[in-house]
Amino acid sequence: MDATITLRVDGEERRLTVDTRTTLLDALRDRLEATSPKKGCDHGQCGACTVLLDGRRILSCLALAVAHDGADVTTAAGLGSGDGAPGGELHPVARAFVDHDGFQCGYCTPGQVCSAVGMLREAEAGWPSHATADLDAPVSLDDEEIRERMSGNLCRCGAYTNIVAAIREAAR
Amino acid sequence: MRPFDYTRPDGPADAVALVADDPGAAYLAGGTNLVDHMKLGVASPTRLVDVRGLLGNRVEELPGGGLRIGASVPNSDLAAHPAVRRRYPVLSAALLAGASGQLRNAATTGGNLFQRTRCPYFQDTTTPCNKREPGTGCSALEGHGRDNAVLGASDHCVATHPSDMAVALAALGAEARVLGPGGERVVPIPGLHRLPGSEPERDTVLGHGDLITAVDLPHLPVAARSAYRKVRDRASYAFALVSVAAALDVVDGTVADVRIAFGGLAHVPWRAHRAEEALIGGPATEEAFREAARAELADARTGRDNAFKVPMAVNTLASTLRGLTAEEAR
Ligand SMILES: Cc1cc2nc3c(=O)[nH]c(=O)nc-3n(C[C@H](O)[C@H](O)[C@H](O)COP(=O)(O)OP(=O)(O)OC[C@H]3O[C@@H](n4cnc5c(N)ncnc54)[C@H](O)[C@@H]3O)c2cc1C
Ligand code: SF4
Ligand code: FES
Ligand code: FES
Repeated sequence: MDATITLRVDGEERRLTVDTRTTLLDALRDRLEATSPKKGCDHGQCGACTVLLDGRRILSCLALAVAHDGADVTTAAGLGSGDGAPGGELHPVARAFVDHDGFQCGYCTPGQVCSAVGMLREAEAGWPSHATADLDAPVSLDDEEIRERMSGNLCRCGAYTNIVAAIREAAR
Repeated sequence: MRPFDYTRPDGPADAVALVADDPGAAYLAGGTNLVDHMKLGVASPTRLVDVRGLLGNRVEELPGGGLRIGASVPNSDLAAHPAVRRRYPVLSAALLAGASGQLRNAATTGGNLFQRTRCPYFQDTTTPCNKREPGTGCSALEGHGRDNAVLGASDHCVATHPSDMAVALAALGAEARVLGPGGERVVPIPGLHRLPGSEPERDTVLGHGDLITAVDLPHLPVAARSAYRKVRDRASYAFALVSVAAALDVVDGTVADVRIAFGGLAHVPWRAHRAEEALIGGPATEEAFREAARAELADARTGRDNAFKVPMAVNTLASTLRGLTAEEAR
């Protein structure tokens, strides 16, 4: 069964007709050529498909496109200026990943970067985490907090040490 | 995945009518459990009725001092809500111990309560499973049994309920507001989920078409000193082997009030009434905590792979109550 929906993807309004079974991830990658979100597990377990949906980080592999008609989607490619095209400015979090070698193969990286951007907003809003000892105290992003808040993003290459370093710098 | 119709009705009553009249219909909230199950072939609805935009997405004060949580409040917003953090910290902590930041942003209060077991056989359509396909048998009885329940299981199913949030709600004595084909009713949360018995396909006492519109937290001063402790195979992003939600009020070394629920032990979030009764009015000591935990687990039945859960539950309850006692002494 088909449905026609509109998505704002990295600042551009896109209208498309999808089978209701299409996930947001497949709509982005296969229909809208937005290939920075990656398909790792397709079951919510790895974080490679993380995008910002109306500003919040979510997993696009478990979201149905039809359920998000009218939503604003930001992928890793759309975070900086110039839509990820050569010559554009990288988002400060993406820049920090480059500066700290926060990846090896790079497959998990767009998901890591989107997740980190969403996570920094959550911390900014004062949201506690499982690593926060006092739920009522202001949030301070030490390494333990960063690891806990990023635990939904797996890295097969094990670049975790540098990922934490990149986010620690971006958080300052 | 089987093709399905997608509907976004105008209001909760329309949603109930749509699902109640169609055996193939299911509610869709955040989709983080249901969409996964549709991909796996564990669920194959022919119609999805999206309720996320229809139900409350706010936490509101109730006149008697409690809180009303709209069924569409995301898990992350609920965990971060100032009133929840201050008055019901066990609920914030339980939510934060579950899933990941991305999942909590999408998952809703209603959907979390109805997430289904993580029993590996339930999720694998090539194996027999009474919960997925009634009458086919239970693969977990003879198979991988590390996750199996130790309390309240049956020969038909030994699965555990996976939700961390539900364990906190059971300890707090929360109530679900349910809209069904026959109108509104209130279902207490220890009591919403059911033991498997001979019908493991039924996770809860609700019927097809029943919709949770909100969850109410009672006015409960003891909850201000409460905690959630989750033991798992990894430090983060893993389901519980055993978990404890507890609230404790100690006056002059005596337990004045206590609420306890266990996760990971049963087909339901397990409210530990027996342990609570053993503790109230007695000394707040390590030995009393252990004795109460042992009393709660006296009827535990373990198999080849899950006997560790009994001492783990005793230790986890004792350390949680010890921590709350120390907090109280400060
Ligand atoms: C990798 C991974 C790790 C996870 N780890 C944890 C964990 O550690 N702890 C934990 O507790 N959870 C964990 N979860 C599960 C997660 O919490 C649930 O998937 C989520 O809470 C479900 O909410 P939802 O809104 O997405 O529900 P949906 O997937 O939309 O729906 C789930 C079920 O609830 C029904 N439903 C939804 N809303 C209502 C309503 N208002 N009334 C009646 N029925 C309704 C649906 O029909 C469906 O059957 C994990 C999930 C994943 C994918
Ligand atoms: S324990 Fe329950 S869910 Fe698991 S295989 Fe047996 S019947 Fe299925
Ligand atoms: S592809 Fe979505 S979490 Fe792995
Ligand atoms: S850099 Fe290879 S998976 Fe993370």
